[in-house]
Amino acid sequence: MAESKTQPEARELTYVAAINEAVRAVLTEQPDAFVAGEDVAGAGSVFGYYKGLLEEFGAERVIDTPISEEGIVGLGVGAAATGLRPIIDIMFMDFMGECMDEITNQMAKMRYMFGGTAYLPITVLTMSGAGISMAAQHSQSLEAWLCHLPGLKVVMPATPYDAKGLIISASRDDNPVFVVLNKMSLGMKGEVPEDSYTVPIGEASIVRPGENFTIVTYSRMVHESVKAAEALSSLGVETEVVDLRSLQPLDTNVVIESVKRTHRAMVVHEAVRFGGMGGEIAAQIQELAFDYLDAPVARVGAPFSPVPFSPQLEQSYIPNADKIVAEARTLLDV
Amino acid sequence: MQPSDDVLRDIHRRMVRIRIFEQEAGKLMEAGKIPGALHLYVGEEAVAAGVMVHLSDADQITSTHRGHGHLIAKGGEFHKMFAEIFGRVDGYCKGKGGSMHISDMQIGMLGANGIVGAGPPIAVGAAFTNKFKKSGNVAVSFFGDGASNEGSVHEAANMAALYKLPIVFICENNGYGEYTPQAHHQAIVDVADRARGYGMPGVVVDGMDAVAVYEAAGEAIKRARAGEGPTLLECKTYRFFDHVGVRGMGLSYRSDDELAKWQQRDPITLFEATLIEQNIVSAEEAKVVHDKVEAEVQAGIEFAEASPMPDPAALLDDVYK
Repeated sequence: MAESKTQPEARELTYVAAINEAVRAVLTEQPDAFVAGEDVAGAGSVFGYYKGLLEEFGAERVIDTPISEEGIVGLGVGAAATGLRPIIDIMFMDFMGECMDEITNQMAKMRYMFGGTAYLPITVLTMSGAGISMAAQHSQSLEAWLCHLPGLKVVMPATPYDAKGLIISASRDDNPVFVVLNKMSLGMKGEVPEDSYTVPIGEASIVRPGENFTIVTYSRMVHESVKAAEALSSLGVETEVVDLRSLQPLDTNVVIESVKRTHRAMVVHEAVRFGGMGGEIAAQIQELAFDYLDAPVARVGAPFSPVPFSPQLEQSYIPNADKIVAEARTLLDV
Repeated sequence: MQPSDDVLRDIHRRMVRIRIFEQEAGKLMEAGKIPGALHLYVGEEAVAAGVMVHLSDADQITSTHRGHGHLIAKGGEFHKMFAEIFGRVDGYCKGKGGSMHISDMQIGMLGANGIVGAGPPIAVGAAFTNKFKKSGNVAVSFFGDGASNEGSVHEAANMAALYKLPIVFICENNGYGEYTPQAHHQAIVDVADRARGYGMPGVVVDGMDAVAVYEAAGEAIKRARAGEGPTLLECKTYRFFDHVGVRGMGLSYRSDDELAKWQQRDPITLFEATLIEQNIVSAEEAKVVHDKVEAEVQAGIEFAEASPMPDPAALLDDVYK
């Protein structure tokens, strides 16, 4: 893996601190970069990503906007088309409904429609995921909306290391890149080098090797899948866990190579199962590795329901290690 | 801001360029020679010409689905425009965009747009770049009375005023949102009334009078360049052709009398008469302008017809950089 890791020494940071460090690195490296969004400057974002950046880079580069998602995304499109490198913050990805035209019809298509004469180096940071009783309009995982749009790239980091590296990669990319973060992961700690480094967009990572079964997953479900893999190990099944990290472009090779070794696969994501990325990944596995499969490709995702509010209901809604193990035991007959 | 004789001749030339291009494009569409649909600008030429004569190539505009006039007035080239609307490889967008996405980034034309009201937020972004880089450039966003009801326009206007961006919003009020008369789509008569709510000046001008547009746009653009913030300039105008094409879908949503009344105020006829009366151009000189543009339009059509269709192998080019 061609990751430009420059600092081998271990240092632990939280996911939220890694995001902050990434954005600081981008603003330091790129004089044409700026951050715009709701409560990003004075408040440092409701999630705390941008704390201290207003003081360090000033109000010309860290900009509070009105609550106007379509205006904010349009500002990013126009600024990028005319030579700047915006970092646009959409506080919760549930709010994309307010700006889907600027995303779908402008940002994603402008380069193609204009015959390649424009390019849009935009990084959009946004937040997904359930788990803290924020209910139906602040908890969704809507990445499939974005992955369906030619012209966009979509990454979903599971760890602090990947969050920092993918944000820096996104900011150096000359295409619009959505970095979809996870709110339950904000406090998780992991090793993060202090220097600037990149995690390549479009490269999956095998986070746990195994020879009997492949779980393809991303974002916070990587950790639930690893937990499930440990449980399955005690049942004699060695599970390989593939963290996609990027959904668009999708690293099909790593997935297919893994399935060719293990002959059984499951896709796990927090998004609603119906019409989710799992369907696309399962289809690709069956197109490209049908002869290697010893079982149908299974899918674990949220049920076809809005995210509920009450903690008990919400917990029964979100996929977790137990549900993954139960589904795997049925599939593998163990 | 009194226009010089040279500026008046320049405005005249830009208007004639739009008129003849659009008339010929309309004929080609109705003859079935152009794929898809065209939204033609005939009747509204005084707006594009009167505004664009103030702008340099470094100033940016966002346009609408009715965008040919804006590109022509901004300095667009006929042969690349025809090639694009014919879907040919030598078009502005290599045949990938067509009439509704025609653009020229080299001269700050950030695209016609198939989505009503989508341009103003993008123009706010361009104006943001101008302020960020202290370039002294200005962004101008064109939109119609129909678009003035889109949330995107309100969001853009509020943000532009809040940040005091170098931008001018030009509402081309042609009295119809597609086929729906203005009185059926908003309770106000002057879209410029909304400017007060955004915190910017609102100005109403006769959009059939090129000099009136020139003067009002000049003030607004000067104000924007000086860092004093945006203006909403509403130009009352009328499209002589239908929403789509020349005769359109044959819907009876406006009367022949109404059209005839507006055609008596044809912006080019009026302007030309004034120029001749004031000895700024002679009748012969005016005819030379028309003849030259006519020849250039024909050359543009020939160029486009000779240009190859895009290679299917180019289908996936430029989805990403």
